[in-house]
Amino acid sequence: MTLSPEEWTTIFLSLRVALLATLMCLPVGLGLAWLLARKEFWGKSALNSIIHLPLVLPPVVTGYLLLIAFGKRGVIGAFLESSFGLVFAFRWTGAALAAALMALPLMVRAIRLSMEAIDQRLEGAAATLGASPFRVFTTVTLPLAAPGILVGTILTFVKALGEFGATITFVSNIPNETQTLSLAIYSLLQTPDGDAAAWRLIVLSIMLALAALLASEIISKRLGQRVAGFR
Amino acid sequence: MIEISVKQQRGKFLLDVSLNLGRGITAFFGPSGAGKSSLLNLIAGLEQPDSGRIRIGSESLFDSKAKINLAVHKRRIGYVFQDALLLPHLSVRNNLRYGFRQGGMEFSSIVEFLGLSALLERRPETLSGGERQRVSIGRALLSAPRLMLMDEPLASLDMERKREIFPYIEQLQDRFGIPVILVSHAAEEVARLANHVVMIRDGKVTAEGYPQSVLSLPENHVSRFDRLSILTATHEAYDAKYDLTTLAHPAGNISLAGHLKPTGAPARIVVRATDVTLALSPPKDISARTMLKGTVASCELGAGPIAIIHVKLLGGEELAVALTRKARDQLGLDDGDAVWCLLKSVSIDERWMASS
Repeated sequence: MTLSPEEWTTIFLSLRVALLATLMCLPVGLGLAWLLARKEFWGKSALNSIIHLPLVLPPVVTGYLLLIAFGKRGVIGAFLESSFGLVFAFRWTGAALAAALMALPLMVRAIRLSMEAIDQRLEGAAATLGASPFRVFTTVTLPLAAPGILVGTILTFVKALGEFGATITFVSNIPNETQTLSLAIYSLLQTPDGDAAAWRLIVLSIMLALAALLASEIISKRLGQRVAGFR
Repeated sequence: MIEISVKQQRGKFLLDVSLNLGRGITAFFGPSGAGKSSLLNLIAGLEQPDSGRIRIGSESLFDSKAKINLAVHKRRIGYVFQDALLLPHLSVRNNLRYGFRQGGMEFSSIVEFLGLSALLERRPETLSGGERQRVSIGRALLSAPRLMLMDEPLASLDMERKREIFPYIEQLQDRFGIPVILVSHAAEEVARLANHVVMIRDGKVTAEGYPQSVLSLPENHVSRFDRLSILTATHEAYDAKYDLTTLAHPAGNISLAGHLKPTGAPARIVVRATDVTLALSPPKDISARTMLKGTVASCELGAGPIAIIHVKLLGGEELAVALTRKARDQLGLDDGDAVWCLLKSVSIDERWMASS
């Protein structure tokens, strides 16, 4: 089957959104996971609940809240536009932001679990050898948590590919700007005689998801060999 | 040289210790749960005391009054853990290199000292327990520590592996001049390795001093099998035909299985109280080759069937002997009686030898 230029555009846009969402999510997720796994502080369970909110709220609510905060007249949105010229509302970057927020709990959860599984005395041993907290994090915690980080990244990417509710509420459904695969399928299903075209995209999204899972399988096998005998 | 004065409350357990330690190998000795490992963690900085201070030389590592709490990675204290804690994702070489500091020992000389050259590319999980401990000692040494902490470094090893590690620990002080604090609950390990023993019970120091004096105190023992004495003797002769070494002691010659090479220094022999038999006159037809002459100094009687007789040997050293109360009564042993202490030569084989 050959793809039309419109279909290519949709695929590339979806990949671009998912990739940016993953890149935004990864550092934030790492930081939050480390904080929750290693530190005790006031308001820790509140922070944990807030991170998990997008998982339990209706996605439309998350999208609407994003619109209020990051819209042109939103507090954060107005500040970002005037200071850095950054605009999220109704842009593909906004779609990525919505997807990143929706996927954040999955990312944090996966990384936190793998960090908590590490024998913390290994980090203590590294410190007695003269490693600063930052070096301990990069040379002990990160490599030993690699399997969880990988799982979190794959989950985030796949979740971002399929995100719908928050995205359509926050950045609408604009072809060539915010219309990702799932939004395109939705539009086609709303048009008479769109079923055939929708099916093509449905098959495509199945293939994309499978490819992502296959890639993760291969990477985790390599990783598994490198860190064999972890625990 | 090392000054420790700390308090730490954890639930109902209070650790309250004041110590001044010099160079050489110090052993923290006592039952498990007494706070020995916590004390090491406080020195290393892995735990914080509630109050007090810890100094090495003139530098404060911790001082609650002056609000000093040096970070773990700045303390320059090597730590060898019971289970080695090698980094599982790194090869032996990279584990050794992990803490490498300029100005310390050279990589190649440490690898040679610990016999690690054949292991460098191996992964920690493929090493035996003794090999892991050697890598762990090397890794700590390469970080140029000014003090070495060892938490039960031998506890998870069998006798063969222990014998493999002993000499390396002894040489940390002799060869590299690094003071060592060793945690152990095995009296024989302490007797062999340490030149200063600190007895810790329920978070307090209950006794401190030379191994001879601390280990022979009755209250410092968990069972009669713990009871041991330390004798010093000099090398006399080696009989190649029977593979026996003879040591000279003021109270008599000591016969020892195996070849002990003379080092010039007096040898330290550890004798378990349960391995000694008493006789009132020198027996003739008997297999024991070692007979030490002395007089009964005192006798400890408990409620149980066992009595501990303290014999003052010629030359002044004391030997603890475990007998049944019945045997003591039948022999009619009294303070001041002349006795011969019979040691089976096999019971003091060279593995328990240490130069003092």
